[in-house]
Amino acid sequence: MTTLFTILFDGVAYGMLLFVLACGLAVTLGLMNFVNLAHGAFAMAGGYICAVLVNNSGWPFFAALPLAFVTAAAIGVALERTLYRHLYTRSHLDQVLFTIGLTFMSVAAVDYIMGSSRIFIKLPGALEGQFDLFGVGIGRYRLMIIVICGLLTVALQLVLAKTRFGSRLRAAVDDPRAASGLGINVPQVFAFTFAFGCGLAGLGGALSAEILGLDPYFPLKFMIYFLIVVTVGGSSSITGPFLASLLLGIGDVAGKYYVPKMGPFVIYTIMIVILIWRPNGLFGRAAAR
Amino acid sequence: MSIRSQLLLAAGSVAAMLALAPAHAQETVKIGLILPMTGGQASTGKQIDNAVKLYMQQNGDTVAGKKIEVILKDDAAVPDNTKRLAQELIVNDKVNFIAGFGVTPAALAAAPLATQGKIPEIVMAAGTSIITERSPYIVRTSFTLAQSSTIIGDWAAKNGIKKVATLTSDYAPGNDALNFFKQNFTAGGGEIVEEVKVPLQNPDFAPFLQRMKDAKPDAVFVFVPAGQGGNFMKQYAERGLDKAGIKVIGPGDVMDDDLLNGMGDAALGTVTAHLYSAAHPSAANKEFVAAYKKAFGQRPGFMAVGGYDGIRLIYEALKKTGGKTDGDALVAAMKGMKWESPRGPISIDPETRDIVQNIYIRKVEKVDGELYNVEFATFEAVKDSGKTKK
Repeated sequence: MTTLFTILFDGVAYGMLLFVLACGLAVTLGLMNFVNLAHGAFAMAGGYICAVLVNNSGWPFFAALPLAFVTAAAIGVALERTLYRHLYTRSHLDQVLFTIGLTFMSVAAVDYIMGSSRIFIKLPGALEGQFDLFGVGIGRYRLMIIVICGLLTVALQLVLAKTRFGSRLRAAVDDPRAASGLGINVPQVFAFTFAFGCGLAGLGGALSAEILGLDPYFPLKFMIYFLIVVTVGGSSSITGPFLASLLLGIGDVAGKYYVPKMGPFVIYTIMIVILIWRPNGLFGRAAAR
Repeated sequence: MSIRSQLLLAAGSVAAMLALAPAHAQETVKIGLILPMTGGQASTGKQIDNAVKLYMQQNGDTVAGKKIEVILKDDAAVPDNTKRLAQELIVNDKVNFIAGFGVTPAALAAAPLATQGKIPEIVMAAGTSIITERSPYIVRTSFTLAQSSTIIGDWAAKNGIKKVATLTSDYAPGNDALNFFKQNFTAGGGEIVEEVKVPLQNPDFAPFLQRMKDAKPDAVFVFVPAGQGGNFMKQYAERGLDKAGIKVIGPGDVMDDDLLNGMGDAALGTVTAHLYSAAHPSAANKEFVAAYKKAFGQRPGFMAVGGYDGIRLIYEALKKTGGKTDGDALVAAMKGMKWESPRGPISIDPETRDIVQNIYIRKVEKVDGELYNVEFATFEAVKDSGKTKK
């Protein structure tokens, strides 16, 4: 019985991690209708920045995490202003070709600068190991992931639903022409949203180094997972991807534990079943543009 | 001039150029070094390239009156590339040796070309047993997985380890490691209580490790590709398997010298069987490690040693043939060759052209603040036991 809870706990942590990594993609894909396959590159950037700061410059881990967010977001803004902006109105195929090219460039660049071997981030001792809670093994690092990601999710939901910025964003997405007619600076809203999504990816990248491993092929390896989260969750809100991440995380961990021979396929099976049942994802809008 | 005579003229001049080319190639001996310099296996390629450069710095670039020229090509560990590059090297560059080969499929892809061109193929990294059976021109200076996996199986069975759970990556070398370990460990009276094959692209070991923990074995036998070893060890400690008294054993690839320090203290106490440790206590090795560190700023791993011995084998074979580059004569010269490598005494088995070497049982310990595989038992002159039974 306690094992069941440990599995559940690990699955939730894994799912939360997937969510932080992928929710930026859900925002750009769903809200801005832009296919950004280079999303993982921002996650990798965050991861490497955190690793360099902690390992080489001796920063404490918790100070490096916000910086991973900020730097990834800054890179996001720079690229959005210079490159992405021109592709908003282009066809999805153009967007895919452009962003996949960007992904390959990021892989080659990081390989050149940082080397191709896997790197680790030195963690503070307080985050290592497991403790027992009523017999259930709780990993400290995974607990931290759940706490950070949980808070982020709540904050995101509040910002989108309750603040002026959130309503501007939703307006800009629903009808950009009418929104700009009402005096909303649509490009600015998009740029900010894009940057925030990239920042989240950067933070996710930094958090995931310990669990998923960080090497220059990160953006390619995990692109599938990000896309699964967004397809299963539907891209119209962030609740969808959130639930999808949890479902996939728990499904993946439990599947690998209980049926190790089938382990890697469980996540795909879940995806197929859900998409047959709801082709637009769990919370998809039927009439997507 | 008609088109036809133009063509004839062109064909004639090409033929003349081809006829002239070998005469020119006599002056230098060319080695086509095919390695993964980019992609997931790039650290293998870099180590071997470094080691070859180091050997040539130390020993000069002329042997038996011939100048040695190394042509480095990057195949990114994709066998299709390997085959194309090997062909280009043999046909266009007229190389006398092809060498390198980071992964098994790459070494196999080049094998028919070596046979056809009668060119010695020196395998410096790939470790599946069948490789040397694929061409009479293949000679190996790295290792085979059977060598380390059978030894750790024997050692575990004799040293109080009764129940083992295995965790291996689901690909050819992983399956090789698992089968050879299982064969020797169960023959020695051990029992496999849990067998898990993890997908090669595995992001998270957590559920598999939980399964290991619940199976309560004496030890976990692990083989994952270089690079994933660090993640494995960290999660192994995070989940408290070390505190539950479960040891980690395996072939030494997991505890590769160039990754070991990044794994942190979680790796302490891991027992592996392998051909080389940077901490090997011999004068030859101390000199090699010092020179390598000075030249490239990092510790050499077993891949570097494979490359270092590979280029040495080429040098020695050329000395023995007096600079003659006939493929059959070179391979004949290599057979039975013996020398003292940084890893210890090694030789080339005259029957299989595979390497015969000592396998050491090592434990990860802290030496001068750094993690090292410290050797504490030696199995001498181990041959590859994974060859097809005849």
